[in-house]
Amino acid sequence: MVDAHMRSDSNAETATSSNPIGRSSGRFVARTQVLSVDDVARATRRMAHEIIERNHGLDRVVLIGMERGGVPIAEALAKALLDIEGIDVPLGSVDVSFYRDDIGTARIVPEVTRISFPVEQAHVVLCDDVLFTGRTVRAALDAVTDFGRPSTIQLAVMVDRGHRELPIRPDYVGKNLPTSRGESVNVSLDGVALGTMVHDEENIAE
Amino acid sequence: MKDLLTIDQLGADGINEIMKAADSFAEVCQRPVPKVPALRGRTVASMFFEDSTRTRTSFETAARRLSADTLNFSAASSSVNKGESLRDTVETIEAMGVDAIIVRHRSSGAPQQIAKWASASVINAGDGWHAHPTQALLDVYTIRQEGRSFEGLRIAIVGDIRHSRVARSNIEAFSALGAEVTVVAPPTLLPPHVDALGAKVSHDIDAVLAETDVLYLLRMQRERMDQALVPSLGEYHRAFGLTPNRASRLADNALIMHPGPMNRGVEISPEVTDDPRVRVLNQVTNGVIVRMAVLYLVLSSAAAERSAS
Repeated sequence: MVDAHMRSDSNAETATSSNPIGRSSGRFVARTQVLSVDDVARATRRMAHEIIERNHGLDRVVLIGMERGGVPIAEALAKALLDIEGIDVPLGSVDVSFYRDDIGTARIVPEVTRISFPVEQAHVVLCDDVLFTGRTVRAALDAVTDFGRPSTIQLAVMVDRGHRELPIRPDYVGKNLPTSRGESVNVSLDGVALGTMVHDEENIAE
Repeated sequence: MKDLLTIDQLGADGINEIMKAADSFAEVCQRPVPKVPALRGRTVASMFFEDSTRTRTSFETAARRLSADTLNFSAASSSVNKGESLRDTVETIEAMGVDAIIVRHRSSGAPQQIAKWASASVINAGDGWHAHPTQALLDVYTIRQEGRSFEGLRIAIVGDIRHSRVARSNIEAFSALGAEVTVVAPPTLLPPHVDALGAKVSHDIDAVLAETDVLYLLRMQRERMDQALVPSLGEYHRAFGLTPNRASRLADNALIMHPGPMNRGVEISPEVTDDPRVRVLNQVTNGVIVRMAVLYLVLSSAAAERSAS
């Protein structure tokens, strides 16, 4: 995931704002480093422990990363769970493009959803990098339930930046980060930074 | 991309973008419930002024799997027979509130004309001898699914090139992706300016078999037989048909493709239709997948253009 480093949540979730340009536009300019690479590793490990505690082990627990930023988070959590419990939990990914309530505000070529295990009766932990409006999570809930009826769906995010527009809350949070709407958060396994998106001239002209 | 009218408008990048989206829809089609709400509330109208059950059914299946509503207009049972003009027909359908119109027409250029009149997206499902872009896209997807790279891939298209919109669109698509295309036909079944196709030309299928990675057979249209372009269908089969003997000279990993419906005993011997290298049913399955991708991309970019303006 090369572009996990360059990604910011405003790419994924500003489809609700007035920016019609889409996911790949703009450039993230960091202002403050919020979490270091070690902080992210520690937060991942703590969330893994919480997942085990909450589910009384890892029986029927599966991880599903939300494309694209949630996929490396899910992979890191799976690795932490393996280190702690010695259990390789099923790992999948979901692209929510087909379930969004704002199709057409951005032209997005979707990623392939990979859920190769049954979600029926499973404890599904949805993973994302940033929780913002909650609309992507809403879409992901629809996407996952199209595959079956899980016992529970839980939500793990590296950063909760607030500004929810739907009644959705996370179960596992790496870092609560109060932000203003205009700010952007850049999350990768190398760290978390707060900054702004800069739209270059040629992107606006598109 | 408000409309999809030809392969040329896409170029290699546009084709590849559709292929990438099609991978996602292939996954959707494998689910227990092969349906997503992506185009909920959108209406897709199919207007077929020329009969085609396969293509129409494929598009309608694709639209339904995207949760779009479908509306079927068939010229045979319509007011076209009462003398209504094409423009009036299109305006009437559009006034019912459709987001996309899928057009099949016997006249080349009809979809282009309709796209100028309509604010809805227009998808060309075959016009005259001109173009059939979604057929070319599903054929590209089928070859790509085999893990084959198009760069330098040797593709022979055999049959009635002259009257074939499939041949034209497929040559455009295969060439754009870097394949080496050879058309194989008797001179009577080649178009007048054959060089303009951008493909090599051969009149001898036996000369190209050994150097072919993909053998693409076109349907011999029986209705052409009264024009004395070939002596008889039996004669055509002997000279250009894929017989067991010819099939044995194709490489083991070659692919045999056909847009359907196959005329057994004309372009292909009945024994060869069961050859493991035949990909005809994959082509049909992939037709739904690729048309889902086209509908999704065309309708989402049409909406994006509207919200940007």
